[in-house]
Amino acid sequence: MCTPPTHSSFEGIPLQALTLDQFGPFPTEAEEIWRYSHINRFEPGRYGTIEQVRSVIDAPPSVGQSGDSAAVGHVLPDDTDAFTRLARAGITRPIVLDVAAGVSVPEPVRLTHHVEVDAAVAVGRVVIRLAANADLTVIERVHSTDVDALYLPMVELELGEGARLRYVTVQELGPRVWQVAMTASRTARDASLRSMAVSLGGRYARSRIDASMIGPGAYNELLAVYFGEDEQVHDFRTVQRHSAPRTTSQLLFKGAVEDRATSVYSGLIRIEANGKGSMANQANRNLILSPDATAESVPNLEIENNDVRCSHASAVGPIDEDERYYVESRGVSPEAAERLIVLGFFGDLLQRIPDPVLVEQLGDAVQAKFERRSRR
Amino acid sequence: MSLVIKNLVAGVHGKRILHGLSMTVGAGEVHALMGPNGSGKSTLSHALLGRPGYVIESGTATLDGTDLLALPTWQRARAGLFLGMQYPTEVPGVGLVDVLREALGAPEADIAAAMRVEAERIGFDERFLDRALNVDLSGGEKKRNETVQLGVIRPKYAILDELDSGLDVDALRAVSRRVKEATQEFGLGVLAITHYNRLLAELTADVVHVFVKGRIVASGGPELAAELEKTGYEPYATDAGDDDSQAGGLDDLFGSP
Repeated sequence: MCTPPTHSSFEGIPLQALTLDQFGPFPTEAEEIWRYSHINRFEPGRYGTIEQVRSVIDAPPSVGQSGDSAAVGHVLPDDTDAFTRLARAGITRPIVLDVAAGVSVPEPVRLTHHVEVDAAVAVGRVVIRLAANADLTVIERVHSTDVDALYLPMVELELGEGARLRYVTVQELGPRVWQVAMTASRTARDASLRSMAVSLGGRYARSRIDASMIGPGAYNELLAVYFGEDEQVHDFRTVQRHSAPRTTSQLLFKGAVEDRATSVYSGLIRIEANGKGSMANQANRNLILSPDATAESVPNLEIENNDVRCSHASAVGPIDEDERYYVESRGVSPEAAERLIVLGFFGDLLQRIPDPVLVEQLGDAVQAKFERRSRR
Repeated sequence: MSLVIKNLVAGVHGKRILHGLSMTVGAGEVHALMGPNGSGKSTLSHALLGRPGYVIESGTATLDGTDLLALPTWQRARAGLFLGMQYPTEVPGVGLVDVLREALGAPEADIAAAMRVEAERIGFDERFLDRALNVDLSGGEKKRNETVQLGVIRPKYAILDELDSGLDVDALRAVSRRVKEATQEFGLGVLAITHYNRLLAELTADVVHVFVKGRIVASGGPELAAELEKTGYEPYATDAGDDDSQAGGLDDLFGSP
């Protein structure tokens, strides 16, 4: 069963003069949640205008679409710092997607954002709401032309009881774009959210991901793939918040850095007092592919209930010597062995994206990144 | 046409393990290297393949005249040397077909077809071939996976490091028969490292070497393996000794440094 997709797009609002200072002081690395972030290098003066990012929505008719501003701000508060206040100011019409109770949407919703105005702040606001027992897949991609821009996407995901959402984001911004992204989700009783964030582009690309499980039996899977080259910085901050009994979260973030790239992963598992019987895992693995590349990995636990199972693991290092030796011992050159191992490291996760064409494109993008490093 | 090892002195992590080892494995021959745990058998296999951390102090190793020790690991493999590892490494996300395609430079379809044929020959379920290398395979499945690779790569010489461990009786018979057939099909020379005689029931050895404390202390025909089964390695243990200066079997004819 295949329904014809609906296309719609939001053109950017007219540019307006902008003084970033009116949104308050921007954060600094002195704040714990911005530690290692390179945010001290952020230059607000580079951006003179603000506009809503250009978006294309491709959704089956069973998905309700609106621009209802009353829908925003329930899961993700938008006055927490200068970036969120700035984002709020630039939005005229949020993208709000609704799936009614019990409706299972067979085809994925595709959201594509284009950052294409130089010296501008591009903001995006998406709200996805699934009523009880609804089922949806969303594949969201962001591209840019080679502009010097700041991209501020804010995404809210709200899952009713027993709802199931698969949510994939792919970030392929140009090499001069800064991104400060916030995604917050709330999952009710027995709801399941499986998310995957792929971060390949940007000069500095930060993603803060807050997953709150508010109903008993809620499930949250958080996966991410990131690969930095040249002087890219990929910066992830996650919170797995267990506010109800028997909730489960599984996090696996895999990254690689080459050239002089940097990555930061900082994650918190928080089990609140009524999180009895919950289970939370957090694993972060990083491959260092060049001597000047660095990766920070900072796991944290805050547990207020003793009847829980939690684990966290982090690894930062070069390609495993034993894996390399095994592959080379079959007659594979060192260059090819490294490429196979790096593609395999990411392929493990990428293959879980429910879109074979996209999986292949991302595999090619990862390979191209790896091969650029071989030439530098 | 032979794999020739002469006076090999080698070690790992600063510890000398091989004290002047010499042997010649001809094309199509099967040599068994038998010895107790800790005698240095795996060190020999990794030193010949050039595993990082393994240092050759002196001696030579040539494969049909090619100086193996001058080559990096992958070129030793391409020269025709195969190592069936005792503990094959798990490589997440990497498929066997991709590795063999890189190793052999042949089209994927041909490699995949050859893999299926080899799996069938040893009764190895095809579905294991699609798994990431050695990931979620049992010990015995890993050994059969190594045997599939041996059949697809068709090397000139294979060192099989405890190929028998982890295999049940039927799998052991299938795998050892496959290796034996390779000696006739493409003239594979085999150095089979093992504790036990059972591998040699199908894979009959032309030469058996007793290897104790980094030295070959006795060599003979298949009857030597049968004798070892009865006597164990104890009678040979005293010949080797821990002290380098002590007289120690055949290797000392060549004089270890």
